[in-house]
Amino acid sequence: MYINLRRKPLLSVIADDLSCGGTYTGKEAMGLLWSMRPVPGSREGLRLRKLNVCIPQLVNISVYSGHVGVGFREQDPLASVLTERWYMAPGVRRIDIKEKGVRGTLFIPHGPGPFPGLLDMWGGGGGLLEYRAALLASHGYASMALEYFNPAEVNTAELELNYFETAFNIVRDHPQVMSDRVGLFGLSLGSIVSISLAAWSSVVKPRCCVCISGNHTHARGGTIGDVFNEFITNVHKVRMDENNYEIWRGMGLPIPDDISQKVDVGKINCPILLVNGDDDQNWPTVESAEDMAQMMRAAGNEHLLTRLEYPDAGHLIEPPYSPHFRATKFLKDGQKVILLWGGTTKPHSDAQEDSWKKILAFLQQNMYSSSGPRAKL
Amino acid sequence: MDMKQHCVKLSVQPSRGLVDEKFTVLVQNLLPGFQLTIHALHQCEDGHSWEAFAHYTANATSIVNVSQDPSLGGTYSGVEPMGLLWSLRPVPGSKTGLRLRKMNVQTPMGVTISVYQGHQKEGFLDQVLLASVVVERWYMAPGVRRVPITEGRLTATLFLPSGPGPFPGLLDLWGWGGKLVEYRAALLASHGIASMALDYLTPKETGRMVDNDYFETAYRVLEQHPQILGSRIAMLGLSFGAGVTLRMAVYSKGLKLSCAVCINGSHVQPIDGPLEQIMTYFNKNVEKTRFDEDNQLICRDLMLPIPTDPSLKVDVGRLQCPLLLVVGEDDQNWPTYESAMDMREMMERAGNSHLLTVLSYKNAGHLIQPPFTPFTRASTFKSVTIPPFTMMALWGGELVAHSRTQEDAWRKTLVFLRENLYGDMKPGALFSNL
Repeated sequence: MYINLRRKPLLSVIADDLSCGGTYTGKEAMGLLWSMRPVPGSREGLRLRKLNVCIPQLVNISVYSGHVGVGFREQDPLASVLTERWYMAPGVRRIDIKEKGVRGTLFIPHGPGPFPGLLDMWGGGGGLLEYRAALLASHGYASMALEYFNPAEVNTAELELNYFETAFNIVRDHPQVMSDRVGLFGLSLGSIVSISLAAWSSVVKPRCCVCISGNHTHARGGTIGDVFNEFITNVHKVRMDENNYEIWRGMGLPIPDDISQKVDVGKINCPILLVNGDDDQNWPTVESAEDMAQMMRAAGNEHLLTRLEYPDAGHLIEPPYSPHFRATKFLKDGQKVILLWGGTTKPHSDAQEDSWKKILAFLQQNMYSSSGPRAKL
Repeated sequence: MDMKQHCVKLSVQPSRGLVDEKFTVLVQNLLPGFQLTIHALHQCEDGHSWEAFAHYTANATSIVNVSQDPSLGGTYSGVEPMGLLWSLRPVPGSKTGLRLRKMNVQTPMGVTISVYQGHQKEGFLDQVLLASVVVERWYMAPGVRRVPITEGRLTATLFLPSGPGPFPGLLDLWGWGGKLVEYRAALLASHGIASMALDYLTPKETGRMVDNDYFETAYRVLEQHPQILGSRIAMLGLSFGAGVTLRMAVYSKGLKLSCAVCINGSHVQPIDGPLEQIMTYFNKNVEKTRFDEDNQLICRDLMLPIPTDPSLKVDVGRLQCPLLLVVGEDDQNWPTYESAMDMREMMERAGNSHLLTVLSYKNAGHLIQPPFTPFTRASTFKSVTIPPFTMMALWGGELVAHSRTQEDAWRKTLVFLRENLYGDMKPGALFSNL
């Protein structure tokens, strides 16, 4: 909601003016996007994710008279325009991948190439989410979104590390990918996989890793399902908040001292960027990052580590302007629960914007630069 | 070092935009001192290829930013953020006399921007391509609706802006080439004005040219449209369309225009009798046309000297709405400058010159189009007269001045239209232009 503070009408520019209320306040150029939330009366626990990245997300921006808080659909706007928001830049190509048992979608930037490559992995929700890989390709990285279990089947996922090694090599061996410049990009369980590959794989040599909301606290070996089940053995440590949303972070504490219970991050020999929110209610990612730093310090490879930590940001750190979801539906053992991811909308949105800029800078330095890989931004 | 291994990074932001929006072309990860050519390629709807290119040398920061760094040569030089578009020209070996016009506005103009090693001038397909991106340039913003109009025997297309409306309206007229040319109307709708591209020259079954009632019908369609504010309708014409606009603005009882924009046209025409008479008048003076040393036809003398006989000029002293005249001083096709001066004099004498704004541009030619439209100094022109004739028309203008003119004139035209179509609205009245 805005009061037009300028003398000349029709020249109110949202980027410069202050919102005095609504789903965001203050001077927020992109607040209309990141503060979006389900309209009143919607089902609980919804999460907005673009599945078809070949068409844009359509957003209707409208102006209403007065300071309105509810009932927008019953009112006529004064004016309205449609904007398109794209995950895929013109010329980016989308290729279905189904080879050697690996399922995914590869996005290749326009141009002669070859390009640096990325293996892009999401978390415990499963399925095939393409939007971040499409966006990374729009920034010049041949990126493969990897499917590694069906939605809601994470605890039975039978894949082991070699599935991911095969997937990595599919990217690496693609004629338009620079085989010595393939990195790993993950969120949540995807970060866990990335960290494991970087430390333990003798087959893949990532150029660098971006790990959002990940951790290193699991033992070597086993399938993805085993890893997941290991995480949730301490189910008695799950707390419920006042809305009956599940807080899982307790299951990850304390961080074990026993090195055999953790990924040996001292063996990582590529730059690794950890991005975490300190209000992550799903997993103690900041504590994990701190422990990783200590292990790497002891091993002498801490110079490879960069940590970004954001106050009041939650677990789901997504591309910029994605709406913030503090808690959403998650299928656990066929049961619908609502997990608390954490974060407060404004700081979480700032974290998404800032971390993305830094992630792109980190990738550019390590994947495009001709000087050797550099950890520090 | 092999630049291929070095991984040059090219980006154009935004990669999708309206045709009148600026973009930033950035090349990163270069070696200081590296020489490169940035190249733009567009294949137009009739299959011809257009290209532009510029030579840059990376400085110590190893970045080339087209908006900040100077081109050292190519189809443009100096610091030109949008040079890659407005300096587009047919690739070597193309037919002569081509002109770039988008006829299907529902798809974007795709331009491929590429980086080549070294300062290249030709034979780009054989050069070492380092990076390439595709950029989309749109005449229609998201949400703009394209509505073919068939009522009243009109040949027209209406473009409605995004949103509930109602919107001010506009009749958009091109010149003697005829055909239904939609792109300017689509772009105006993308800026909040419901615009109707009107073809008034394509031969009808009657074999006769249309007359005033055709335009009055078009006006009425706008006026009666539920999403258009009947009291806020403008008319915009280029070339012959400008003359029609003046005629209708002054003499038509059926049209009440909020304002008029005339680009490179003239008020010189026989005012008694039907529109067709204008053709006869021009035909009578056809021996005044000349050819330049390249055999290109110069038509501007057809209407010179500006007549003193009042029956041969639209009486702009009777105009009752604001008028914006956009003048290319090097217009070789119409005597735009002389006409504008004469109109100013007539309006000063009549006491209505406060309605007149003249934008006059040195070294700009006849075809003043939306910003970044590639400049054409001469092109093949096929008239819709009966019988039709094809010739190489000299439009005039010089590349850089004309391109600057297009940007400046468009910006000011939009301000003029907004002021007259949206301005002075009572509080609470509906307006749409975010």
